[in-house]
Amino acid sequence: MMEEFASESDSDYTSYWRDWFISSRGNEYFCEIDEDYLTDRFNLTGLNTEVQYYQYALDLITDVFDLDCDDDMRETIEKSARHLYGLIHARYIVTTRGLAKMPTLASVQGSSAGRIHYYQWAKPMRLIRNLSNSTVFVARMYTIPSLAHAAIDGAYFGTSFHNIMFQVYPALVPSKSAERYIPRVYGFKVHAAATLIRWQNSQRADMLRRLRKLEVESGFKEDMGGDDLDEEEDEDEELGVDGAQDAMHVVG
Amino acid sequence: MSSSSGTPESWISSFCSLLGHEYFAEVSEEFIEDDFNLTGLQTQVAMYKEALEMILDVEPEEDDEDEEEEDEEEDESIEGVERMRHGERRNHSRIASDLSVIESSAEMLYGLIHQRFICSRAGIQQMSEKYELGHFGVCPRSHCDQARTLPVGLSDIPGEETVKLFCPSCLDVYVPPNSRFQTVDGAFFGRTFGALFLLTFPEYDLTKRGADVLAGARVPEDDKEMLNGMYRCNIAPSLGRSRIYEPRIYGFRVSEVARSGPRMQWLRDKPNDLSELDEARRFAEENPESDDDDESMNLNGRSVRRLRQRRRNGAGGGGGGGSPMETNGAESEL
Repeated sequence: MMEEFASESDSDYTSYWRDWFISSRGNEYFCEIDEDYLTDRFNLTGLNTEVQYYQYALDLITDVFDLDCDDDMRETIEKSARHLYGLIHARYIVTTRGLAKMPTLASVQGSSAGRIHYYQWAKPMRLIRNLSNSTVFVARMYTIPSLAHAAIDGAYFGTSFHNIMFQVYPALVPSKSAERYIPRVYGFKVHAAATLIRWQNSQRADMLRRLRKLEVESGFKEDMGGDDLDEEEDEDEELGVDGAQDAMHVVG
Repeated sequence: MSSSSGTPESWISSFCSLLGHEYFAEVSEEFIEDDFNLTGLQTQVAMYKEALEMILDVEPEEDDEDEEEEDEEEDESIEGVERMRHGERRNHSRIASDLSVIESSAEMLYGLIHQRFICSRAGIQQMSEKYELGHFGVCPRSHCDQARTLPVGLSDIPGEETVKLFCPSCLDVYVPPNSRFQTVDGAFFGRTFGALFLLTFPEYDLTKRGADVLAGARVPEDDKEMLNGMYRCNIAPSLGRSRIYEPRIYGFRVSEVARSGPRMQWLRDKPNDLSELDEARRFAEENPESDDDDESMNLNGRSVRRLRQRRRNGAGGGGGGGSPMETNGAESEL
């Protein structure tokens, strides 16, 4: 079936395989790789050892596949093609053109896969990231909600992409907030969690102090600086002596 | 009426088996029938009495006397309300639109009762069974390694937030992965349940995953060191330096100073040495002279025993009440 299109391989209308691949379910995180990029051998350096039937797979991706073969063989090549596309994809998305494409996809990719959006804490701008070479991960590292995506190899996105992306498009870096969930029982903070939170807040204050010394923008919505520790304590006091003591009782 | 407990499909069980209602526990009828448990709900729910009848599968009666004979124990709880509203109810027959209003009222009422029920002894027990069976899903954070979560609300007032999942392993809340839970009101679970659950069942070993939880993994005997009222190993086991994602570009770490650098790592941090969190002991060490006030703060560590002994007996009624409770709690857990 592909043979029919082989003759038109240079025109714009030939990305059948890639169109199909991107639009198939579970592949929403992929962007389309340019024909130019695919056909430049330099970009494919080293991949021929990674993929079985490398040449056929590449032909399939670029829609010039015209081998007569049985279904089993075709299936194998198809699988290789998907793998190869993924590997090229990892390289492509850190190029200028690839980076330009991914933000438009970002809305599809979903927001930080679960963590509550405290106000603007995470704009729908959490990007793909990968850890070791298991499945795909999203910023702050959440496994992706849909089962369909659990099958995608994280290596198809690489470990660097999202960082480069934020370096190139700093405007996309989500603004941060110190808002967080505080476990409470009948309104009283739980002691164990509260001490940990106090400790974490002191860590944050240290970081903000470091950043302020270097005059770097922290990215937090309002720069709380060193005051936030005091705020935290104020909040405790608002609860009153009774509250603090009751909170202790609850612990037992 | 009491026959409904025997029928396979009571309103409650059919409500709990609806799609998206997997997190709900089945509130026992005894709990609902106790008027005390419903205090204040009349004002929060429209058509309260009808909704309550629907939850309890009471037939909308034509004849008041008949019903009274049938279920005496039932009457104790709703008779008063029934009398009040009897006059106005007499005339109107139930039409379809009415039913749908009652249905949604009943759901709201059930949710609010549920919020109270899961904090009661029977309710939290039922929730712990659901927890062990993994009904509440797992934490999406990859470093939490599929830790079991608990359903919580961020508000006790209905209509403000949908239900969220609280991960005891990283102390954060997450949107449930399936969109069907995004129609479930968070107030039906309430803010208290998640934290209360961990305090009620401190024996659950939060470092265990998957099938181990099913097997009822408990904190091992030799690991039972207490800190701040919890077992040391159960304090946010998935947090800490080694369990924070480190962004890298071609293998090089992204600097904190970079504009896109990591700024939220504090949220997933934890001291390497947990005793740093023992604020009471540290305070006692830093201020060895201060033996007054804050008795309840001095109950964590071994080194405060000295202070405890020195504590004057009559130091404030409210503070004095704190220590026996604390001691009791600690003993019962051991």
